Amino acid sequence: MRSTKVTLRVWRGDAGQGQLTDYQVEANEGEVVLDILHRLQATQAGDLAVRWNCKAGKCGSCSMEINGRPRLACMTRMSTFEPGEPITLTPIRTFPVIRDLVTDVSFNFAKAREIPSFAPDPAVRLGEFRMQQEDVQRSQEFRKCIECFLCQNVCHVIRDHPENERAFAGPRFLMRIAELEMHPADTADRREIAQDDFGLGYCNITKCCTEVCPENIKITDNALIPMKERVVGRKYDPLVWLGSKITRRRHHDTPAVPGKQS
Amino acid sequence: MTDIERLSYDVVVIGAGGAGLRAAIEARRAGKKTAVISKSLFGKAHTVMAEGGCAAAMGNVNPNDNWQVHFRDTMRGGKFLNNWRMAELHAREAPDRVWELEAWGALFDRTPDGKISQRNFGGHAYPRLAHVGDRTGLEMIRTLQQRVVALQQEDAREHGDPEAMIKVFAETTVTRLISAGGRIAGAFGYVRDTGGFVLFEAPAVILATGGIGKTFKYSSNSWEYTGDGHALALLAGATLMNMEFVQFHPTHMVWPLSVRGLLVTESVRGDGGVLRNSEGKRFMFGYVPDVFRAQYAETEEEADRWYTDPDHNRRPPELLPRDEVARANNAEVKAGRGSPHGGVFLDIASRRPADEILRRLPSMYHQFKELADVDITKDPMEVGPAQHYVMGGVEVDPDTAVSQLPGLFAAGEVSGGMHGSNRLGGNSLSDLLVFGRRAGLGAAAYLDSLGASRPAVRDADLAAAEAEALAPLEREGGENPYAVHAELQQTMSDLVGIIRREDEIKKALTELEGLRARAAGVKAEGGRAYNPGWHLALDLRNMVLIAECVAQAALERQESRGGHTRDDFPQMSADWRKVNLICSLDGDRVTLRRQPMVSMRADLMALFERDELAKYYTAEELPPADPAPAEEK
Repeated sequence: MRSTKVTLRVWRGDAGQGQLTDYQVEANEGEVVLDILHRLQATQAGDLAVRWNCKAGKCGSCSMEINGRPRLACMTRMSTFEPGEPITLTPIRTFPVIRDLVTDVSFNFAKAREIPSFAPDPAVRLGEFRMQQEDVQRSQEFRKCIECFLCQNVCHVIRDHPENERAFAGPRFLMRIAELEMHPADTADRREIAQDDFGLGYCNITKCCTEVCPENIKITDNALIPMKERVVGRKYDPLVWLGSKITRRRHHDTPAVPGKQS
Repeated sequence: MTDIERLSYDVVVIGAGGAGLRAAIEARRAGKKTAVISKSLFGKAHTVMAEGGCAAAMGNVNPNDNWQVHFRDTMRGGKFLNNWRMAELHAREAPDRVWELEAWGALFDRTPDGKISQRNFGGHAYPRLAHVGDRTGLEMIRTLQQRVVALQQEDAREHGDPEAMIKVFAETTVTRLISAGGRIAGAFGYVRDTGGFVLFEAPAVILATGGIGKTFKYSSNSWEYTGDGHALALLAGATLMNMEFVQFHPTHMVWPLSVRGLLVTESVRGDGGVLRNSEGKRFMFGYVPDVFRAQYAETEEEADRWYTDPDHNRRPPELLPRDEVARANNAEVKAGRGSPHGGVFLDIASRRPADEILRRLPSMYHQFKELADVDITKDPMEVGPAQHYVMGGVEVDPDTAVSQLPGLFAAGEVSGGMHGSNRLGGNSLSDLLVFGRRAGLGAAAYLDSLGASRPAVRDADLAAAEAEALAPLEREGGENPYAVHAELQQTMSDLVGIIRREDEIKKALTELEGLRARAAGVKAEGGRAYNPGWHLALDLRNMVLIAECVAQAALERQESRGGHTRDDFPQMSADWRKVNLICSLDGDRVTLRRQPMVSMRADLMALFERDELAKYYTAEELPPADPAPAEEK
């Protein structure tokens, strides 16, 4: 088996400060970046902080920036790099560093909790839901999401503008709203809050999220753009327009955003 | 001890996979203030890796299916060593648990009439697995995660605090359970981010920590699977049962080495894939054991007809229970008929059109394409067995999931009994739901019975837990924990793996004795904040302890059955079927005793033909011979 030495340039440090540290690590044929990090931990840096879990591209834990590109370390093969070139590993930039390659992604769990949950018709009894495959398929694509948060990391609305974090939920959670909107058994209408409370309008469809998605979900084309169209459709519905002018209140089927005063 | 954070809960659930989240949802629904402790981030637990599906006899695809058929299949799969009451509850309750997920937003694949679709799997008589392509576990954990969030939203409205009734402690690891007066009093652990310690004071603890895979070298299990719950239970005074039964799933990637052990879902075979050796032969026809002879096809033609006409043909032998297929794969490689990288070939490419493969097995396509440059719509996969699951676990009461220690409950992979000597594919996700819920209910009922008298954590116990956790950081010098871990894995894979022999197991026990001492002396470099070397040093205690249980039980059981294959005792023995092997701790030594199995209830026994029972049971256990011909049940 072919074995070589590679240079890893790993960001070491914590919230206060840190620097890139070079390591020479052995690499074998067929390995991925996470293998090399594990070897580095086992042989030279036992306390190197790396978040990982399944090592199979299914849990979305080992997100990091590899030569500046947001990737999963477990799905990035060493053979994709030029031999002899150092490989630079840094924590995902949008979220605060905890230590080394591990970041504080709690922002995402907070946003998840703000989105009004699945709301089925309470009259449907267990086992009596009937849905066609073609109808569930659209939301199923979004439910492939492994919550690696690489889309959240790369989206310039928050990557370059932390001040937007309050008003903008990010691609992952706008996609969650789209998923519920397209869920055949959901009864709520989240179009207004998608725009007003979760910042759908901030998205200017540069498709960076789609590009980094390790599950190849068409976040922009299949979730965000259709959501934008639905929001526009609602705004130009004359009855909705008139209703909003008269009452200045939310439509009766718009769920309240949990944890926010409306 | 001044810097230990103290938190008080009614129920503490350790583990945030399928069983843990389902338990927490039920405990919260019963009005109990519940903490969920997760070694990883919320929603990352090992359940996400489950691929094929969740077995439940809903009868959506074949209306002949019902709980009795599922029960029979489960008992056969486990070679009748199952706790029959658990197998009964599981088969009866699984459909409601799946439908409940649907009501919480899960989107399973559908049948043409809009119901939940069900797929074929090894050992299941009818298409029975609710699924979402080959990412069913992800759907399940996301649904449960989102259900927890929905409950938190309700609590925010009612109590003004989303975490008033159910709170998830992500990246937190429990290192000791603390009991007082023979009952559970709390759980002690550390928070990964900071390395700070936390004491959860709670009269009820539910273990839902999964399995022990990281004890072995090649395993499909994730980082977290270090036998924590098994070891915590043992250390707290509870018992483990049948730890010799370890499932080696037959199909994992074998190449590149980096991904050796990565699971290849059984759905590949359920959807038409077949196993071939280097001569191109479908070898499974030569490996149908006597006990299953009547249910499996003898020719390729009959096997292939079964996919479209299951009522008039017998099943392909590729869909035998996992233990049978794993042994067959192993034997083909040993006989020199393996693939170039030491596996066998799994072929779906020549059997199904490319678009169907892409639709039904998208993750497998992705996994092979990305990691091995293999296009499974064009070429066969190279696969081989690796450790996948442990059937053994905490000895629990079937109905309430309580262990031998009052206040301590267990559900899912960490519990024992349900799957007997071998688990059927698809029966794990349903097990998590059925017994997760029952553990939540069991804990709630226990709390109600306690009233106001809650056991108190003694300061001395807390101080001991803290000192133990700090030791790897504080000791002067010591071995590298990663090195000790690698040796443990090598020992277990080489000597207590898929095929076992007395002399090898004895050698393993000697090596484990040494490894135990070495694990107790490892040194973790660095500080307390997010330090994986320290975490591994603490996990090692659990892995070594559990490895010893597996090895001792494997040495004791002198027969071959399910996930325990003895080269020197190749037969299945009716006398051994009556025996459960129970591990407990005497001081710091693992002790083993035999415990007779409770006889199966007569109405359940009557679900089987006497002839079939005679393959497993001793003559005196069999029901009296019925003079009239038995009716089809």
